[in-house]
Parts: sequence; C-alpha cells; structure tokens
Amino acid sequence: MSEPKSDRMIEAEPGATARAGRKRDADNAPPEAIVAIPLRHPWRNVVAVLLVLGLAVFILDAAQRSDYGWTDVGKYIFDRRISQAAWVTLWLTVYAMIGAIVIGLLLAIMRLSPNPVLKSIAWLYIWIFRGTPVYVQLVFWGIVSLIYPVFTLGIPFTEPWVTIPNEVFTNLFITAVIGLALNEAAYMSEIVRAGLLSVDEGQAEASTALAMSWGQTMRFVVVPQAMKIIIPPTGNEVISMLKTTSLVAAIPLSIDLYGVSRGISAVTFTPVPLLLVASLWYLLFTSILMVGQHFIEKRFSRGTGRVKADKDSPTPETAPTAVPGEPGAPLGTDAGGKG
Amino acid sequence: MTDAPMVLAERVSKNFGSNKVLRGISLEVDPGEVLCIVGPSGSGKSTFLRCINHLERVDGGRLSVDGQLVGYRQKGDKLYELKLKEAAFQRQEIGMVFQRFNLFPHLTALENVTLAPVRVKGLSKAKATARATELLERVGLGDKGGAYPAHLSGGQQQRVAIARALAMDPKLMLFDEPTSALDPELVGEVLDVMKGLAKSGMTMIVVTHEMGFAREVADTLVFMDEGVVVEAGPPRQILSDPQHERTKAFLSKVL
Ligand SMILES: Nc1ncnc2c1ncn2[C@@H]1O[C@H](COP(=O)(O)OP(=O)(O)OP(=O)(O)O)[C@@H](O)[C@H]1O
Ligand SMILES: [Mg+2]
Repeated sequence: MSEPKSDRMIEAEPGATARAGRKRDADNAPPEAIVAIPLRHPWRNVVAVLLVLGLAVFILDAAQRSDYGWTDVGKYIFDRRISQAAWVTLWLTVYAMIGAIVIGLLLAIMRLSPNPVLKSIAWLYIWIFRGTPVYVQLVFWGIVSLIYPVFTLGIPFTEPWVTIPNEVFTNLFITAVIGLALNEAAYMSEIVRAGLLSVDEGQAEASTALAMSWGQTMRFVVVPQAMKIIIPPTGNEVISMLKTTSLVAAIPLSIDLYGVSRGISAVTFTPVPLLLVASLWYLLFTSILMVGQHFIEKRFSRGTGRVKADKDSPTPETAPTAVPGEPGAPLGTDAGGKG
Repeated sequence: MTDAPMVLAERVSKNFGSNKVLRGISLEVDPGEVLCIVGPSGSGKSTFLRCINHLERVDGGRLSVDGQLVGYRQKGDKLYELKLKEAAFQRQEIGMVFQRFNLFPHLTALENVTLAPVRVKGLSKAKATARATELLERVGLGDKGGAYPAHLSGGQQQRVAIARALAMDPKLMLFDEPTSALDPELVGEVLDVMKGLAKSGMTMIVVTHEMGFAREVADTLVFMDEGVVVEAGPPRQILSDPQHERTKAFLSKVL
C-alpha cells in the first residue's frame, strides 16, 4: 500500500502546487491589487541598448560592404543550380535519417538483448562511430572503393565464386548516404535505447502473459510507448543531419547545397555571397523543421501533463474520457516504485 | 481428464543466483477450484505464480497445467526446454492479473481487451470487439470501452485488466495481489468481479492479503513462507485454527 501512495505523492506535486496557487488567487482576489513601484534593473537596460546599437552598426556596415555582394546574393538565391542542390541536400537528409533510424533500432535491440556477443558488437559499433569525427569517417567511405574494388563471395583464400564490381561506393551519393547513416545510427541507437528502457517492464510482462510473442510485444506494446520518448530528440537529430550533410565534401560529393555553392563561387570568385546563399537555404530548412518539432513536442508534453492532472484528481470517474487527438497516457502510467 | 488437477506442482524450486526463492512447492489445484495463497513479503508467492505461466523458468521439480508440463517437453526421460512459440502457446490458456494492472496506456480499454485475441488468436476485429464489449459489461464497465487507462480509477483499471485476461478464454486465472495497489474504497468492486468469476466455475489461484475474500471464496488456503508451503487446507480451518507457529505469527499480524 505504501508504494502507490508515495507514487501518487510524487506525481501530485505539480498539480498540488497549481491548486494551491489557484486557491491563493481566489483568496486574494477581493482585496485591491498591490500598487508598488517595480524594482528597476538599470544594468539590464544598459546592456540591452549597447547590444542593439552594436547590432545596428554591424547591419548598416554589412549592407554597404561590397564583399558581401548583396546583388550576387539576390542573383543566386533562386538560381536553378542552387535550388536543385538544396533538393539533393534534403534527400541526403531523408535517406540518411531513414537508414540511421533502422540501423539504430537494430543496434538498440542488440544492446538490450541477453546475448553477450550481440551486446558487445553493438557496443563496439557505437564506440567507434561516436568516437571518431564524421568528417574523417566520410573521407574513409570515399576511399573504400579503392580498398575494396570488387565484392567477392566465397571461401577465404580460395578462388571466389562470385565477383561483383563495387558499384555501391563508386556512386558518391550512395556513399554519402551510407556514411552519414552509419554515423548517425550510433546516436540514434542511444535515443531508441533510452526510449525502449523508459517503458515499464510490467508492460512487456503483461503482453507476454497474454501469449504475445517478443516481436508482437515490441510492435504493439513497447515501441508505441517508446515513441513518445524517441520522437523529440529525433527531431533534433534531423536538424543536425541537415547541416551535417555539408560535410559530404569530404567524400568528395559536390552536388549538395554547400558543394554547389562552393562550385559556383570557384568560378565567379564570389565566395561570400554564395556562402550567404547556402546559409539562407539551410536556415529556411532548419526553421521549417524547428516549427514542426515545436508542434510535435508541444503535443507530446501536453499529453503528459494533461493525463497527470487527471490521474491525481480524487474522482477519476468525473474526469473527461478520452480526449480526441490525445492518444492516452504518458509513459509508465502504472509504472513507478516497483521494488 | 476431469479428475486430473488443473495445476500440479511437485517440489517446484526456483533460484535467483544463490537466492533460493522456491524450495519445493507441492500443491494441487482441481478444475473449478479457487486457491488463495497468503504469506509474508518475499516468501515467493509472485515467483510461484510467474512460474505457472512460464514467465519464470522452473529450476527443479515438476509443474504442470492441465496435464501439460510447463515450459518443457518430455521425451523419454529427457526434458527439452520449449521454444518461445510453444511457451507462448501454453500461456494462451492461462490468464494473469497483476498488482499494478499493467494496462497498455496507449490503448483504450476496449483495445486493451481486443489486442491479444486479434494478434495471437487471429480473431477478426469485429468478433474480438463484440466479445470485448461483452466482457467489459461483465466486469461492469460496458460504457468505458473508449476510455484510456489514465482516465479510469484503479478499480476500473483492474477490472479492465481482468476482462483483458478473460478475452483469451483461459482455463486458469492467476491473480497477483490484485487489490493491493487500490485505495480501500475501490477494493470491493474488484473482489466482486473475482467472486463472480469464481462462481462461474473458473479455476483461480489468488495471491492476496484480503482474508475476508479468502475465507468466503477460497476452497483452499495456502500459507507460504520462505519458499515452502507451510500449511494448506480449507480457509476457515486455517484462519481459525492454524497448526504452525509461523502461520499463527503471520495471521496474528494481518487479521
Ligand atoms: N527477477 C528476479 N531476480 C532476482 N531476484 C528476484 C527476482 N524476482 C524476485 N526475486 C526475489 O525473490 C524473492 C521472492 O520474491 P517474490 O516477489 O516472489 O515474493 P512475494 O512473496 O511475491 O512478495 P511480495 O508480497 O512482496 O510481493 C525476493 O527475495 C526477491 O528479491
Ligand atoms: Mg509479490
């Protein structure tokens, strides 16, 4: 009996303070509001004014400085080559993230498996791919086709049965996707693992007791709940990936946004305006992603807060039943202080 | 087969490392019988229940449900561990209800009840839903099918959990302290559902601290301590006239 009680107390805290706050408001409403001279913060104002001034000076100066080549910025920002390259960057991001999520899920499951070999292999993978720079990894994938010019199938040290020319790593776009995905997978696996671990053990147990297989338990019970933990940081990773794609220059792939803008400027000798053009496109994409992420996160956090408030209400029968568009409870609703 | 016991445990033992949690449990549960298990915390009650549906592997002795060895297959005088699929198949016949309900929070009450019948037994959505609605009505929650667990009280959640277990048409129901996590005023509604279930002839093993329930519903009461069955018999007899010192000491604390 003591366990659920203590459980409830912890979860009741935010609700309780909110209620207390509301109550105080109600008590204080009839007496007149406090009229007082607010505390002044002179240094805050000084710092703010200085910063605004500095920014204004910088902008005015930059607008006049010919090195920025604002007319060139205007000329190239909607250049066909640039917008096509932006498209390539987007697809690099999409493919690399899909690959990273699939491999990351696999690695996460390997790390959580009871098999010590699978566990160690996953650990080793993550150790290597998180422990070395992406740039270096991309350079490596760029020269893999020299190390392995052909793929062979057969018994080692005997004549191979099948020999296939290495066409994977001679295609630079595919190489870039693989390089980015393999690196990102190491980070994604940690995110997925945290998500899977956040689901209360009782969930898998109940599912197993209902005769569901391990795969069904994962698919219908554990993963859907883990998604709430997995999705927000994955949004960060997508944004981060979009910017990391500029490093494919290491392979060297030069059809992405940064690569093309560099290529143009090498011909026109106007590096600064083209850097600005590329930056503006990156900013556009990351801004769109951030807005999307904001809504996703808001949705998930609202779900959690709402349900908690309902949970500690004394008569849950009076609570509204399922709010549409709010698929249920937070993680581990019945989780918690289990011994 | 009617005479054969539904559950037959013969010197069942289970260790966690060097911790001998079960040290030879022997008991028999007949079809339609309600067996209540009481005992101090850590005596191995939950572990024994989990062994019955093979959530935990039995290390020694014999444990069978409805004449089938749990978790193993016997060939000659050798035992083979069952494949995961076969173990899952055995579990279809055994329903389990947990102390902390363990409802799936991302699914509505109705979806909680239909998930396993659809995914495991391959029932059609329509059939499963009809059956689930029927079961929810049976536990007094006919109008709560669309509610998510977080919007239900503890007592309602536990009743949904019972309906969820019943949806697999089990021959045997295991209850692990089904009312211990409930506020006192919600205990009655869950016990009432369990009484109804017992009356309908379900074979049940119930770990509980509710002595009133045990006295009223159980056919047999088992007192467990330190991984052994200390005393077993009709509940009235054990509650009013315990033979062992340990039983007496325990009962004097809980009654
Ligand atoms: N998965 C596990 N790994 C290791 N030890 C375990 C595990 N599960 C249970 N135990 C140990 O087994 C012993 C018996 O636990 P069990 O949960 O069966 O007791 P119980 O009689 O159900 O107690 P309670 O009334 O507190 O639920 C305890 O000492 C516990 O620490
Ligand atoms: Mg227990």
